Amino acid sequence: MELKSNAPGGPIETAWDRHRFEMKLVNPANRRKFQVLVVGTGLAGASAAATLGELGYSVKAFCFQDSPRRAHSIAAQGGINAAKNYRGDGDSIYRLFYDTVKGGDYRSRERNVYRLAQVSVDIIDQCVAQGVPFAREYGGLLDNRSFGGAQVARTFYARGQTGQQLLLGAYQALERQVELGTVEMHPRTEMLDLIVADDRARGIVVRDLVTGKVEVFQGDAVVLATGGYGNVFFLSTNAMGSNCTAAWRAHRRGALFANPCYVQIHPTCIPIHGEHQSKLTLMSESLRNDGRVWVPKKKEDIERASKDPNSIAEGDRDYYLERKYPSFGNLVPRDIASRNAKEVCDAGRGVGPGGQGVYLDFRDAINRLGDKVIAERYGNLFEMYERITDENPYRVPMRIYPAIHYTMGGLWVDYNLMSNIPGLFVLGEANFSDHGANRLGASALMQGLADGYFVAPYTVADYLAKNGHAKVADDHPAVKEALGATQAHVHRLLNTPGRANGRSPLAFHKALGQICWNKVGMARNEAGLTEAISEIRALRDEFWKEVKVLGSGESFNESLVLASRVADFLELGELMARDALQRKESCGGHFREESQQPDGEAKRDDENFTFVGAWSWNGEGALPELHKENLAFEYVKPSQRSYK
Amino acid sequence: MSQNTATQSMNLTLHIWRQKNAADKGGFATYKLGGVSPDSSFLEMLDQLNEELIGKGEEPVAFDHDCREGICGSCGMVVNGVPHGPEVRTTTCQLHMRKFHDGDELWLEPWRAGAFPVVRDLVVNRDAFDRIIQAGGYVSINTSSAQDANLIPVPKVNADLAMDAAQCIGCGACVAACPNASAMLFTAAKVSHLGLLPQGQPERGPRVLAMVAQMEAEGFGGCTNHGECEAACPKGISVNFIARLNRDYLKAAVTSREVPERRTVKR
Repeated sequence: MELKSNAPGGPIETAWDRHRFEMKLVNPANRRKFQVLVVGTGLAGASAAATLGELGYSVKAFCFQDSPRRAHSIAAQGGINAAKNYRGDGDSIYRLFYDTVKGGDYRSRERNVYRLAQVSVDIIDQCVAQGVPFAREYGGLLDNRSFGGAQVARTFYARGQTGQQLLLGAYQALERQVELGTVEMHPRTEMLDLIVADDRARGIVVRDLVTGKVEVFQGDAVVLATGGYGNVFFLSTNAMGSNCTAAWRAHRRGALFANPCYVQIHPTCIPIHGEHQSKLTLMSESLRNDGRVWVPKKKEDIERASKDPNSIAEGDRDYYLERKYPSFGNLVPRDIASRNAKEVCDAGRGVGPGGQGVYLDFRDAINRLGDKVIAERYGNLFEMYERITDENPYRVPMRIYPAIHYTMGGLWVDYNLMSNIPGLFVLGEANFSDHGANRLGASALMQGLADGYFVAPYTVADYLAKNGHAKVADDHPAVKEALGATQAHVHRLLNTPGRANGRSPLAFHKALGQICWNKVGMARNEAGLTEAISEIRALRDEFWKEVKVLGSGESFNESLVLASRVADFLELGELMARDALQRKESCGGHFREESQQPDGEAKRDDENFTFVGAWSWNGEGALPELHKENLAFEYVKPSQRSYK
Repeated sequence: MSQNTATQSMNLTLHIWRQKNAADKGGFATYKLGGVSPDSSFLEMLDQLNEELIGKGEEPVAFDHDCREGICGSCGMVVNGVPHGPEVRTTTCQLHMRKFHDGDELWLEPWRAGAFPVVRDLVVNRDAFDRIIQAGGYVSINTSSAQDANLIPVPKVNADLAMDAAQCIGCGACVAACPNASAMLFTAAKVSHLGLLPQGQPERGPRVLAMVAQMEAEGFGGCTNHGECEAACPKGISVNFIARLNRDYLKAAVTSREVPERRTVKR
């Protein structure tokens, strides 16, 4: 299959403007006749649904939560990047574009990234006009901070709750459209299948999570904004409900899944406390601005350090990031900080329970600045840390460990954010397009809102103008088949042959997470990945033999919902391992142990791997097929990243 | 500080409200749960109970939860008579078992309010909150029509106060805590957030009238200044915002030419 990006040629600076001019428009009087289905109501979905509603299209929006305000975008802490250059510190659209392509380790599509940087400035204007209470200076203008080691201060923020405030802005815009009657909202509703007929997306099959009713909704275009798949690892910083089901079901209907092996592991999370742990909590990486990362130099000090870290003398501490990366120190990018933490823990120098932690120490900053300044900067984070761990980070160093945080991979889309299935658009974390192999801090919020407010409303309209209505008869074979398959799927989950003595959906989810974390996690190698594939396959067979779901399909049944999501994760996990196996280079968040520099740093292989790896589904148990979209870098010339 | 001290597991007696659906009458069921780690969160303790129930062939307890970081507002239940449990400014998901003792007896109930019908067990329907926002909890601006962000200066004190109000996570604890099941704190937080900013001025009067009308139509009670809402709020949102709402409401009511229609509510 040839994958065409459909990105306009010519100078990159004017590409999006020219592309928009070439689009077809829909007459305002005809817009309400078009039905757009938006699945997922986080930043990308809510902003797209609201904007399409404002334009006059008939929108139906779906989310599995009880309200669109609860989507996981809400948990983002740090901020949102935009090339406003309000500080006059040398920022520009081109610099944000450059930083994002480089930060993505030269595995993203240049023209998409340029557009992202371009519309970033409009996002801030839009959000402020909605009343998003961004942090301000005493003069009343917007404040900015530098984030994740960026050399310019381009991050806008609302305390440690930027995602919450941006989501509430989009949610309020969405509810305004609900009031005006352009958007019909379906909360507690989960998409379980995509309807494709005559090579075009025509609708979705959903299950009402309260009544259990399985139903078809037809639409002229389907927009998936359903987030990432980090919960394939079970333990992650994602919300418990975050899942891959909508995207995966679309994949099974023909949508290509791109770069599933690109997973971001965040270095500053609270370590695991025990076997009943259900999720991992992220501590904003702004902490690394003042905290120093260390472990004891000598293994014999570990036990004493774990009991009383302050008793370890300065000379016996290994500030390993400062030692190895003198110019960036504790502010090296996420992937490097994570890998180094794993390395010292694997070498037996980790601290805390199970040796799975490193210290993030504020002692020197507190001595220099005092408790008060540190409290102003990080007070809420310190409080959160103490609430979870019962330790006071003003007096003892925090313990941190990396955790799965974000997935750069996702459904393949072209420049218009349309998948290879005409009429199926994919937005936000659910697509693969803008972050390459590694995402920069404060760029996820930017991409979600760029896609939803400023890209999809144009490209979806162009698609509708060119392709017209998609409605087919309710008894069309494709509709009946999808509905029947979904009902059968639900029935199968409730009636496995060995369920009487089987295991719960949660037990399977945890088992899958273990395999993925150990063998498809921070460092990967051929032997481990090959084992992971066969272990996941075996686990999947056991799942379908004996997963134990009680209750009925016609009721509010959280266990059934989890089982259905785990079933899809069990398929996606294998694909993730296959993609990691295929990509024999190290790049961004993907580290292959076989591909290292002599000093142990990641080694990219541009000659053989400058492509997007997009997989097609060939049926249950069959091998998926790899398709390649070659990437060209006309503006930002690839170089090996170095933070020494 | 309990760093790495050996932790003792706890045994608990749990009385949990079980209700199959909105039509079912419901009642308490009692469960014994052992081996609870003090480092577990409250919801992890319930996960543990549910795994045991599934093992025994009993349907697990339904409860809403998602981010488990205290920000999405999904979770919430009444623990021993207190919404979100005994720890101040803490959602149920951020409550940890070390705040309880071995041998404790706990009573878990859903939010109790006519406007929040029970969906199942500890899960309630909070659509009423969304409808209050639909009535006017926004600035009416379409995408792509905004001026440059720095052309709207906002005094820092106002911006900070607006943020204090905007922190509301919409969990509903304020309603559960209020003897009148009033949604005043929730409504006041949004009215104040937008009313404190220049962007919110053009619709300030109609907004407060419409949102309060919707709140009443939903069947939430009125505010009689108990202050329980602030005490239960996991974000510590101040009842001062209710005073602000009342001021805005009075001003709008005497100057407005239209009184918004009371809307009917479908459940």
